[in-house]
Parts: sequence; structure tokens; C-alpha cells
Amino acid sequence: MLMKSTQREEKAATQTNDTPAEVVLDCHAEQIFYGDFLAVRDSKVPIQKNKITGFIGPSGCGKSTVLKSINRMNDLVRTFRFEGKVQFHGIDIYDKKVDPVSVRRNIGMVFQQPNPFSMSIYENVAFGLRLNRFRGNMDEKVEKALRGAALWDEVKNKLKNNGLSLSGGQQQRLCIARAIATEPQVLLMDEPCSALDPIATRQVEELMIQLKQRFTVAIVTHNMQQAQRVADQTAFFAVDISQGGRTGYLVEMGPTSELFNNPKEQLTKDYLHGEFS
Amino acid sequence: MAHPTTTLPQEAASLSQPPSKMDIIFNKSFRSLTYAFTWAMVLLLAAIVIKIGIKAIPAIERHGLAFLTTTTWDVNSQHFGILPEIWGTLYSSLLALILGGFFGITIAIFLTQDFLPHRVEVVLKSIIELLAAIPSVVYGLWGIFVLIPLIRPLADFLHTHLGWLPWFSTSLSGPGMFPAALVLSIMILPTIAAISQDAFRAIPHKTKEAAFGMGTTRWEAILKVMLPAASGGIFGALVLGLGRALGETMALAMLVGNSNQISLSVFAPANTLASLLALNFPEAAEYEVSVLMYAACILLLITLLVNIAGTAIIAMTGSGAKK
Repeated sequence: MLMKSTQREEKAATQTNDTPAEVVLDCHAEQIFYGDFLAVRDSKVPIQKNKITGFIGPSGCGKSTVLKSINRMNDLVRTFRFEGKVQFHGIDIYDKKVDPVSVRRNIGMVFQQPNPFSMSIYENVAFGLRLNRFRGNMDEKVEKALRGAALWDEVKNKLKNNGLSLSGGQQQRLCIARAIATEPQVLLMDEPCSALDPIATRQVEELMIQLKQRFTVAIVTHNMQQAQRVADQTAFFAVDISQGGRTGYLVEMGPTSELFNNPKEQLTKDYLHGEFS
Repeated sequence: MAHPTTTLPQEAASLSQPPSKMDIIFNKSFRSLTYAFTWAMVLLLAAIVIKIGIKAIPAIERHGLAFLTTTTWDVNSQHFGILPEIWGTLYSSLLALILGGFFGITIAIFLTQDFLPHRVEVVLKSIIELLAAIPSVVYGLWGIFVLIPLIRPLADFLHTHLGWLPWFSTSLSGPGMFPAALVLSIMILPTIAAISQDAFRAIPHKTKEAAFGMGTTRWEAILKVMLPAASGGIFGALVLGLGRALGETMALAMLVGNSNQISLSVFAPANTLASLLALNFPEAAEYEVSVLMYAACILLLITLLVNIAGTAIIAMTGSGAKK
């Protein structure tokens, strides 16, 4: 394990949006490359504890790339190269001594497409626990995770059914249950609602707000209303085409209401008003 | 008299016309032709089975089920039994399946799970598929002149040191079960490797992402997620490999030793149904032909049962995933 899990529930209750929160994950992406292609530059995104941080911006602005760099998912891409730092409890997760596998066990991820494994609902949730060689009451942990993902009541009588038999929204909540079962400290969500219908989207959004009591959440969304509904902090990314390439970068970041009502940058203003090519 | 449709532009006018007679005739005849060919295949299969069955009737009437349970094959005294051949067929095929299955699946994992640059993967894949292009008789010759001398030291070692195990209880006499099964495993390897690779490639990328996202190591992802997800296709590959092994003739006729005995020892010579048929037909008298046809029926039945069982299990596991 990279880190011992800390008591985060206690602090969460006392924090409000006004007090500056502890930064649990300080992501500073100086340059991110795919091969020779510079995908992202100069983006500093501090992620605060027990808050939801939203990443918004037009397509191709690198918001997903930055998110996936935070738990080293991009290592799966052969040509990927990250320059910069991601400080997690004072440790740079891109340090050579850090094992990306343990990074991913501490920083969970929910993907754009629901991707449960082709195994029972129970085994899907137990997967991460078994991976961590959890010896204890598995049933209890699975139930807790499924309750945490607001799925328990719908599946408690069919835990043996295949996870893929559920509806899209249920599958996504199953993936959330699978991700939170091991109690990761940070949960990354890459457009988790883009494949879901409006009702399922609303359920997942309500779930996110509950989840921030126990976890720190970072979410990429193309839906600005969604960012306004769920995010405490919002980071706005844009594409820089001036150098001939299509390089994404962070334009500004701040508390959601401030960013939406009183953006500092003209670019943000234009984007929020739909005056963006 | 000007009709309203004549004022329409050319393209729109063609939209409002039914297909021409030529189109209809062409469509219909093409469809009947494909139907005819499809049914011709079914009829051909039925004709083969019926023809073999009819030719086998005299032997079936005379020997009955004892044909399957006795062990002598003596043309002069007209005693015929194929139990050693049934045993040899199943034993050689299963040994080949274990060896070929193990290596086929590991090759498939190696070539699909990002161990190699994509270009190297493609080259290796093609080379392994080339193994299937080598004629059976060449495998047989290679087995006799290269493989048997090559494995003799190993066989001698196993027999001297582990001779108390039934599998190594005899010494290698030259042609025998072990070289036959070894060559057979190489012959079914390309089939198993190719179909298993397809099964691994068919797993959506998001499944792999999910596994890595949960913090699996590469091997945990392969063993706990990818292998179970590909299991249906891999099983199909094994069934096809087994089907091929059961019916393989030439290489086995050259390597298996053609000896009517039942032995657990992998170094003992044995015989298989297919090589029995191949070697006895040229000199068979009229009644012996009927006996051989009976043996052919049994071989057909075995391969048919294996394929049906395989299809059924694939269907079961396949629908299990969707439930």
C-alpha cells in the first residue's frame, strides 16, 4: 500500500465551502505528451479533500488526459509521457520508486462507459477486496459498498446475477461500488454520466454528493449544468491552437459559483455563454 | 397530354419506379442459388454418413457391440475389435490437447496482452499460423527422423528414474504414443492459438481499463479478468483442436507405432482409428472393407459427439454471460 488510510469522515463534517480545505492531491501537469504530440501543458489542479472537483472544457482540451494522469491510468498508453508532479500526501506518484499499481489502489476510477466485469454482482464488488487480500467479513464490505453506491436495494436479491445483466445506470453504480469497496482516498470519474439517461444521471449525481462525505472526488464532465450541480471547485480547460497543434491547458480554476458567475478570464466567459468555436 | 410526373427531375422519377424485371429475376435466382448450395452441403454430409453406414451394415450385424470392446484385429481368423484404436485415438488426442492447449493459450496471451510491439505481434502471429500450412506427411517425416532421436534421452531418463509411474513404465521403442502426441500437439497449436487470440482481442478495451483501474498488476489483470472473459472462445478453440487431433491421420500413421495394445505408458507404441483405416484400406478384401467402414462410423461418431458437446458448452457459457 502506498498510504495508510486516514480518518477523513471526521473532518468532512466540519468543513464548509468557505474554509480552505486541505489539498489531498496536488496535480501539476507541466507537459503531457502522446508520442511527439503535446496534449496538455501548464495545468495546475489542486484537488481538495472531501470536495468534488469538476473538470470542464471543450472536447480535446485534455481534461480526461489530466484526470487519467492522476492515477497513472495513462501508463497503459505506450507513447504517453508525463512531465510535472502529482503530489499525493507529499509523495510524487510519478517518482520512479512509486508502483503505479498501488497508486491505482489508492486512487480509484470510474470510467465513461460502465465496465463491470463479466462476473456476478457480488464478485464485481469483491474484486478489489480480493485483490488486496482482504480477510474479514466480505459480505459486510460488499453490502456497505453497494449501499454506498445506492444500489443495494435494487440488487440485494440477485447478487449472484451477472453484473452485465443490470441496466446502464445500475452498471455505472455497480462500478462505483466496485471502486469504493476498497475505500480509496480519491475517486476519479471520467464523464461517468455520458452514457446514461437523465434519470440515471440524476441518481449518480446525488450519489456523488453523498460520496464526498467519505471520499475526495474529481469528475470530468462535458455538461456544465452537471458541474454546477455537483462540483465545489471547477477547473476550466481550453484548447490552444496557436502553435499549430491542439494543446489543452488550464484557463482558470476556482469555487464553482465564482467561476460560473464571475469568471476572471474572457475565454471562460465566452465558453460559458456558448460563444466558443 | 402532359402527365404531372413527367415534370419531375430525372433522379426523382427513378425513385418512384418499382425494381425492373431484370433486378427481380437476378435477385430471385441469386437467392435460390445460395439456398441450393447451402442445402447441397447438408445433403453431402448426410450422403457420406449414409454411404458409410450402409457399407458398414454387414460388419455391424456380425460383430455388434463386441467390435468396440475386443482387442484383436486378425484378418485371417476374421476377428475384429477396435478397443485399442479407440483408446489410442482418445489418449493421443487428449495428450495433444493438454500440450497444445497449454502452449496455444500461453502464446495467445503473449501475443495479445501488450508484451510485444504491435509489429512483432503480427509477425509472430503469421509465423505460428504458418505451422498449419505444413503438410501432415512432412510432420510425420520430421517426427521419425528428428523428433524421436531428439526425445530419446529424455524418454530414457524418465523411464529409468520414474519408471514406477504407469506413464513411463516402458522404454521408448521408436514410434509410439509420446512422439505422436507431441507432433499432434504442434499440429493443433495454430488452431488453438489463433482462435484464443481472437477471443482475447474481442474483449473490449474498457474491461482491461477497469481491471487496471482497480489496481491489478498485469498478471492479475490477465489471470483474473482477461482469461475468464475469453474463456468461452478459448474453450471453442480447444474443442476445434480436439476435433482436428481425433481425425488426424498421416502423421499419426507414421509415428504412433501401429500396435494393437492398450497401455498407459506414453512411450509404448499404440494405434489410432484414423491410422488403422489409412493403413488397412489398400489391402482390404470386400468383407474387411465393411469392418473398416464400421470403424469409420465409430470415428465419425466420436468427432461428432466432441463437436456437439463443445458447441453445447460454448452456448451454455455464452448465454451465461448475457444472463
